[in-house]
Amino acid sequence: MANSTLTKQRSTAFKSTVALKSAMAVTGGILVLFLIVHMYGNLMIFGGQEVFDEYSHHIRVIGEPMLPPEGALWIIRIVLLASVLIHAYAAFTLWARARRARPAGQRYQTRRKPVQQTYASRTMRWGGVILALFVIYHILHLTTNNIAPGGASDSPYERVVNGFQIWWVLLTYLIAMIAVGFHLRHGIWSATQTLGANKASRQRVLNITATAIALVITVGFLIPPFSVFFGLVS
Amino acid sequence: MNITLRVWRQKGRGDEGRMVTYKVEDVSQDMSFLEMLDVLNEKLTLAGEDPVAFDHDCREGICGACGVVINGVAHGPETTTTCQLHMRSFKDGDVIDVEPWRAKAFPVIKDLVVDRGAFDRIIQAGGYISAPTGTAPDAHANPIPKADADRAFDAATCIGCGACVAACPNASGMLFTAAKVTHLGMLPQGQPERAARVVKMVNQHDEEDFGGCTNIGECAAVCPKGIPLDTISQLNKDLLGALASGKL
Amino acid sequence: MTELYIEGDPIRDEKAPEGPIEQRWDKRRFSAKLVNPANRRKLSVIIVGTGLAGASAAATLGEAGYQVSSFCYQDSPRRAHSIAAQGGINAAKNYRNDGDSIYRLFYDTVKGGDFRSRESNVYRLAQVSVEIIDQCVAQGVPFAREYGGLLDNRSFGGVQVSRTFYARGQTGQQLLIGAYQALERQVAAGTVKMHTRHEMLELIVVDGRARGIIARDMVTGEIETHFADAVVLASGGYGNVFFLSTNAMGCNVTATWRAHRKGALFANPCFTQIHPTCIPVSGDYQSKLTLMSESLRNDGRIWVPKKAGDQRDPRQIPEDERDYYLERIYPSFGNLVPRDIASRAAKNVCDEGRGVGPGGLGVYLDFADAIKRMGRPAVEAKYGNLFDMYQRITGENPYEVPMRIYPAVHYTMGGLWVDYDLQSTIPGLFVTGEANFSDHGANRLGASALMQGLADGYFVLPNTINDYLASGPFEKLDENTPEAKEAAESVRARINKLLSIDGNRTVDSFHRELGHIMWEYCGMERTEEGLRKAIERIRELRDEFWQNVKVVGTNDELNQSLEKAGRVADFFELAELMCIDALHRRESCGGHFRAESQTEDGEALRHDDEFAYVAAWEFTGTGEQPVLHKENLEYEYVEMKQRSYK
Ligand SMILES: Cc1cc2nc3c(=O)[nH]c(=O)nc-3n(C[C@H](O)[C@H](O)[C@H](O)COP(=O)(O)OP(=O)(O)OC[C@H]3O[C@@H](n4cnc5c(N)ncnc54)[C@H](O)[C@@H]3O)c2cc1C
Ligand code: HEM
Ligand code: SF4
Ligand code: FES
Repeated sequence: MANSTLTKQRSTAFKSTVALKSAMAVTGGILVLFLIVHMYGNLMIFGGQEVFDEYSHHIRVIGEPMLPPEGALWIIRIVLLASVLIHAYAAFTLWARARRARPAGQRYQTRRKPVQQTYASRTMRWGGVILALFVIYHILHLTTNNIAPGGASDSPYERVVNGFQIWWVLLTYLIAMIAVGFHLRHGIWSATQTLGANKASRQRVLNITATAIALVITVGFLIPPFSVFFGLVS
Repeated sequence: MNITLRVWRQKGRGDEGRMVTYKVEDVSQDMSFLEMLDVLNEKLTLAGEDPVAFDHDCREGICGACGVVINGVAHGPETTTTCQLHMRSFKDGDVIDVEPWRAKAFPVIKDLVVDRGAFDRIIQAGGYISAPTGTAPDAHANPIPKADADRAFDAATCIGCGACVAACPNASGMLFTAAKVTHLGMLPQGQPERAARVVKMVNQHDEEDFGGCTNIGECAAVCPKGIPLDTISQLNKDLLGALASGKL
Repeated sequence: MTELYIEGDPIRDEKAPEGPIEQRWDKRRFSAKLVNPANRRKLSVIIVGTGLAGASAAATLGEAGYQVSSFCYQDSPRRAHSIAAQGGINAAKNYRNDGDSIYRLFYDTVKGGDFRSRESNVYRLAQVSVEIIDQCVAQGVPFAREYGGLLDNRSFGGVQVSRTFYARGQTGQQLLIGAYQALERQVAAGTVKMHTRHEMLELIVVDGRARGIIARDMVTGEIETHFADAVVLASGGYGNVFFLSTNAMGCNVTATWRAHRKGALFANPCFTQIHPTCIPVSGDYQSKLTLMSESLRNDGRIWVPKKAGDQRDPRQIPEDERDYYLERIYPSFGNLVPRDIASRAAKNVCDEGRGVGPGGLGVYLDFADAIKRMGRPAVEAKYGNLFDMYQRITGENPYEVPMRIYPAVHYTMGGLWVDYDLQSTIPGLFVTGEANFSDHGANRLGASALMQGLADGYFVLPNTINDYLASGPFEKLDENTPEAKEAAESVRARINKLLSIDGNRTVDSFHRELGHIMWEYCGMERTEEGLRKAIERIRELRDEFWQNVKVVGTNDELNQSLEKAGRVADFFELAELMCIDALHRRESCGGHFRAESQTEDGEALRHDDEFAYVAAWEFTGTGEQPVLHKENLEYEYVEMKQRSYK
């Protein structure tokens, strides 16, 4: 094989389904790290209004004076935004590809019976869409406060407390976090497979780890709102 | 026992197809699934109707020619090839749906017969070790640790049946491709072409209009040869390694 | 008997050099003309078949730079029947240091073939066997290895040295995948053009040379004409003439039979191998038989009830009412007697009414003692996959109930006659693998067919075909060449005929009946009377076939009944020749027992004075007397002896 064709093959491979998947795994990984930090931050709510608001303020001043005010936060935001965009772009591209790979008119007449696939793996795509919608809603609610159920406030602590006393706010949050749990249960395992770390001998450990992280994140995120709802935090 | 079959009938490439119902009587428990179809075909022939076309050859589970989706599962309810499935897995009065593999990369030629040429083209792209006849060193020149040899062997048992594609919600051919990448990549003889091989094979896989793998695992669950899912992880690793190292 | 055939002039192989046997292959390679690499591009070769013999040849000739067109009837070359071989492949590597050598492999093969093969050919086979393993390992064939990383070997089929290389129970698959990958590599390189789902239906002979084939595109029905400077047939064996066999469903004789009709001599058609350990027939619907590795006989004990018609559950039959007949008749070899002896003994006890299972066609292969002796885990480790396969097919658990086995047709030693260069009697037509008659004489040793297929394809043919091609390229031909036109027309006419009969019987029903006749009269044991009856019945059935077969559909589509009909039509003609060949060979030899020729204690009796020759038959017309040409066999190195396993 001539070298020029190999170079071409190489650049094609950068756009391959495997590369797309890897981009998803890496960006997904960044988002998972973010979620862990975010969850840890949320738990500060148990320290009371001052601690929580201080934490919220602190994020905005990290790196000062090396960076302008909110500089670090913006870097993080950009990385996160880019991650979500890349992640979603890859997801939709693969989704479209899958539809093309078995186009209308060439689908099964009988429902294909799942043999081993899990609920989590089957719901990655719609689950992801739910997450995307939730993220937007979530930002509008707690970051920009454009949506302010229970009343707007300059104190992040108050926004949280005001919001989660309302049942439907809690419910939306609950559904979204369960969706996160499922998405991560499959996603974390899947990322190890995508990045080449899966081996038959490691399968069990990886599965357990994925479930554990998914569980910790889901539960960790749900504790503060439930505490608010049941009046443990006010 | 008596069986009702609903079989996909399609005259030719690109023609409209539909499910047609047939009754097959006096089916013996000891018949293989294909022998049951033989019985149906004898009956259809005598009635002057076109027999149901299906691919098969060895009827021993090794050539990979056979394969249909039975009640929504590739190769049917047992983890084996269609030719090795026996009617004792069904019971009297069952209604059985029989469909061809479905994927854009595997167009239906007739009834249950599909064109799996895409698999051959993936192999052409790089699924080999270049060893021109007569150039080989002595077979013992290169000892291979048994563990590597065994892993290579496990991957090498793929029969190219295409059930993995048929079962995959994405119609991905990644398990097939990964089986070959793993087989050759585990062996010392396969090293010189390892990076180029995986790149070329994955590109060809994508070009054939297979879907991308999203790690659902249906492929490995229906694979009659038990090709493990971690071969796909190996493929991913090899591909990423090849792209990162710039060793092409 | 001469009313059935005419004896013609003897023939002989002109190509094998004289001199010490170890030097003949080198000498031939040296004397064969070479083709300059620049000229190879102008020379084209058609190869029919992508099994071990065909794929290896296509890959090698493609690499050498010839323009190769390769054909197979499956949807992918990887599915050729070679894929099904389980046991292993022999090679005289002597990696065990157990006294093996090229000479010993040669000796064993000549002796195993019961002195009906050519010494020069067999010696060459043993010589190149060594290179085959090297080649396959280099391609990445994952042979079984030991913990030290070196290749493992086992002893196979009663041989005293361990020279069989294997890849679990899937040796054929792994070897074929290796050859297939090499072939696909050449397809990608543009030197080989692959035609899958194409069936060769006629040979084109122009000016006495093989110049092409007529093939049917099995998807569109198009009748295509393909030309080349030489044609290679690697189309496998014809065991399916028996309907039930261990061969794949599509195995056929059409390619070689069509060549035979065009003038290629067909050698020793009646030499077939019957394998003793197959899963018995379970009902009329049975479409094929499944082989179980012979290795089972290492630990299993074969028996039938002493009393005819004993219907008891085998576990209820006490020890003293069982007849371990192989151990009884052949005390020194016991259950490990060669394939043909084990097969015939099974048939004999079943003929006595002592067979077990459906139709009384089976004998027990019992592991109860082995399980007691070695423990179930050890048996499981050694035979687990075979037991699983048995259970999947029969639904019975062999750890608890003895397995039932019965012999089945497995391999055909006969095939088109070829010389040392593997060239048939039609110049430019080469034949390799199971399709030729060459190396196994009257009986093939286990693990030798894979060896032969790869020897032919990788090493022999690529060195001999040059000698022929050196005088090419031959005159350019096109579809209007009268011989090509005529061949295509005859194919179309035959297809139209098959489609227009519109009778009352399916192709399979004819095939099944033909198979019954062949199994009954031309199977393990043959008699003059039986063979005569068979010939008569085959002729009647063939006539009925051409008047009463029903083939639905048209030619212009994928039509599997039409494919089968064409193959069965050729099987009818072959079957008759097989019976004539069997009838004329009034001796028992190799895998083939002639009732009139036995020793006092019922063992096979060979007649070297009369029959030490290859019977090569010339076609003169359907139902006409074929002409017999004898190739005399001389043994300079291995002394002719009668076999004895008592
Ligand atoms: C169950 C089983 C187990 C065996 N185990 C062993 C073993 O352990 N060791 C051993 O040495 N041998 C074994 N053998 C024998 C051995 O497998 C075969 O003899 C050998 O593989 C034949 O190889 P081949 O290349 O000559 O033909 P095949 O592999 O039969 O290939 C024939 C090719 O010709 C093509 N073809 C045929 N007719 C046509 C046509 N008309 N037009 C176009 N294409 C055509 C087919 O598509 C196919 O590609 C076994 C055989 C069987 C049945
Ligand atoms: C924009 C919204 C999102 C969409 C549309 C989406 C969609 C998807 C899809 C379709 C997959 C592949 C499923 C599969 O492998 O079978 C996936 C994988 C993944 N997602 Fe998301 N997701 C979204 C948001 C998130 C978020 C917020 C996170 C982080 C918490 C995340 C983490 C992951 C991870 C770790 C994977 C695994 C990557 C891999 O398969 O290798 N996703 N996502
Ligand atoms: S990986 Fe398994 S299912 Fe897929 S082609 Fe190979 S054997 Fe068939
Ligand atoms: S027919 Fe060969 S695998 Fe089923």
